[in-house]
Amino acid sequence: MKVRVKFFAILRERAGASEVEKEIAVGSTVADLWRQLQKDYPKLDVPGIRLLYAVNRDYVNMDQKLNDHDEVVFIPPVSGG
Amino acid sequence: MFRLTNQPINLDDLVGYVTDPEAGAIATFIGTTRNNNEGRKVIALDYEAYPEMAEKELARIGDDAKQKWQICRMAIVHRLGPVQIGEASVIIVVSSAHRDAAFAACRFAIEEIKKTMPIWKKEVYEGGEVWIGTQTGQRLNPS
Repeated sequence: MKVRVKFFAILRERAGASEVEKEIAVGSTVADLWRQLQKDYPKLDVPGIRLLYAVNRDYVNMDQKLNDHDEVVFIPPVSGG
Repeated sequence: MFRLTNQPINLDDLVGYVTDPEAGAIATFIGTTRNNNEGRKVIALDYEAYPEMAEKELARIGDDAKQKWQICRMAIVHRLGPVQIGEASVIIVVSSAHRDAAFAACRFAIEEIKKTMPIWKKEVYEGGEVWIGTQTGQRLNPS
């Protein structure tokens, strides 16, 4: 199955892409996807970074299972205000 | 009204939006861009958001505030893109029958924005730039 991943801020710069489609195994979790993306884009491995995870625009835990066509975003430390 | 904008935010428009005959108070919070951070001189700021989720999160914050306090009307507008030093990066306005609710909801909204709104600020200094992250206080260089 395929998911769409969007990158923002420091992760967008490190990936060199705003959005990618990724083929993943059925039953993959957010954490599984993150491990695979780090292989594709080694610079995504930012030491000490604490990420939040969003699937289809809702915050989720990293053990959330993904579905075909999900939109997944790895959210680096936010700095609004 | 819960939205992002690339344009300067007009406080009067937002006050007008929340003005309500049943309200006895309007509280406003304006976050402004500072020319310094941790001893460094900031020359420019740039906000990037996950726009669809950021606006959804602002609306969620508004809903939560309305659950907690008796609010008449509320608006939050946050800037995107380059913001000049001294400009408003975010404005929160709340009207309520009595002042306590309006003050409390304003405070709640800005604290929630800083925790959960998917938006990121890049500070540009003389000779460098950095994405600011308040979840951990860490400062990360782009490469």
